[in-house]
Amino acid sequence: MPDQVPLVDYLALSPEPHLVAHECDACGARFFDRRNACASCSGTSFHAVDVPTAGELVTFTIVSFAAPGVPVPFVAGVVDCGGTSVRANVINTDPDPTHVRTGMPVQLATFVVGTDSEGVEAVGFGFEPVEATS
Amino acid sequence: MSSDDVWILGIRMTKFGKRPDDDVMDIASEAALGALADGGVTMADMGVLAAGNLMSMGAPTGQLLQKQIGQTGIPVYNVSNACATGATALRTVIMAIKAGECDMGLAVGVEKLAGAGLLAGGSRKADSDTWQPKGRYGAVASVDGRIGTEIMPGVFAQIGMEYGHRYGGTSFELFARISEKNHAHSTLNPLAAYTKRLSLDEIMNDVMIAYPNTRPMCSANCDGAAAAVVVSDAKLRTLDPDQRRRAVKVSASVLTSDPWTESCQVLPDVNTLTRRAATQAYEQAGVGPEDLDLVELHDCFATAELVHYDNLMLCPEGGAVDFFESGAPWRDGRLPVNVSGGLQSKGHPIAATGIANIWEVCHHLRGEAGDRQIEGARVGLAHVIGLGSACGVHILEKAA
Ligand SMILES: [Zn+2]
Repeated sequence: MPDQVPLVDYLALSPEPHLVAHECDACGARFFDRRNACASCSGTSFHAVDVPTAGELVTFTIVSFAAPGVPVPFVAGVVDCGGTSVRANVINTDPDPTHVRTGMPVQLATFVVGTDSEGVEAVGFGFEPVEATS
Repeated sequence: MSSDDVWILGIRMTKFGKRPDDDVMDIASEAALGALADGGVTMADMGVLAAGNLMSMGAPTGQLLQKQIGQTGIPVYNVSNACATGATALRTVIMAIKAGECDMGLAVGVEKLAGAGLLAGGSRKADSDTWQPKGRYGAVASVDGRIGTEIMPGVFAQIGMEYGHRYGGTSFELFARISEKNHAHSTLNPLAAYTKRLSLDEIMNDVMIAYPNTRPMCSANCDGAAAAVVVSDAKLRTLDPDQRRRAVKVSASVLTSDPWTESCQVLPDVNTLTRRAATQAYEQAGVGPEDLDLVELHDCFATAELVHYDNLMLCPEGGAVDFFESGAPWRDGRLPVNVSGGLQSKGHPIAATGIANIWEVCHHLRGEAGDRQIEGARVGLAHVIGLGSACGVHILEKAA
């Protein structure tokens, strides 16, 4: 199995793939980017928190016309993961409004973005529909 | 007795559309000289100039304009605030006058944008041959299209779809019908970039850009400019009766940025800052949404217009779909919205938009809007939002 790196540093690949946020020690606001301070309370200390891997799709769009080099169509959306909003694509489903709807339960899934010249895979994430269990 | 009110003395919007033979300064000069002439004043009367041109990437737009129409040595502020650039220029002049630095000033917004594409996202670079984390997310490759979308039609599509998820009642067809309204309205606006009425079928079957926004449901890139002359109350009282009669009172001028909300760094929250700006503006003006005769709001996409019915409190919270379904925002409805045709049909030369919407409202308050005149209009509201975000709201009133 080749070495893997995450597409972004807030995607942890082990033990199971999940997202990690910086949570403000003072007010609990969560961020995915490197921080200078908290946008909510201006606090400067943070700790890492794991974000739930299951959530609800609260909005989406199906992009049919994108910047050159970006394959279309794809579904972009926002997932509410237990109170933390996450930007992601909806993957492993047909990109049309009969298969994707707001309010649908989704779960984190990963995919290989590509392999570099040293054989290292970059791994991205998206959210896939949770199959209805009968 | 004069008050600390400020007034629009003169205002002009150029024809929006493709102007291949004109450069930025041709278009800006037309608007600026037009606004000055409309107000019966000249550059020599101006005490301050604020100018915006987003695509100039930091060029001294105001000074370049002065070099065409009058280098009088007055202070110039070149402003840049995304799609709220025009409103920011206007507000800069209003602040200078309210601060007592001068009694008259000129605000200009201009853009050459015809033929521009998506204006965000850029091209995706080929992935590098070794993964190297870069930037604040430690990304080893481009994330646009891999972790959501950066294109504006997609961002604003999600904003409309989120509203639908929260309150229900939205559909592809509903959003398309909002666009149908604006494309119908622009048939009466000779300065609009597009004046052709489009059927609902034509709108829904046009090229899909980012569901549910098809091409005619997106703001139209075009060339254009708008300019306004602002005057203090004390100075206005010294001017001719004709100038005083046509002056339009700026009852509220508000600019907000987006306060932190839980999801705002994941999907821009255009709602909270707009609602705050509207709340402040109604308070400043001493009027409520029920007093408005017309509204020009920032319909950069059909999906955006819906949420701003709610953000500007034109309807009860959650009631934007019902508001639209009632026919209220059509030009013959209870509260006409975007009778100019809006950004989808009139066009969106970015830095001009935040003054062009003021021009539209002033036109009606002065009773000079011709075929599209909203009869008896006395109070109007103009709204813009620039992602980032900045929201400008102005409330304008007919001279008593
Ligand atoms: Zn905080």
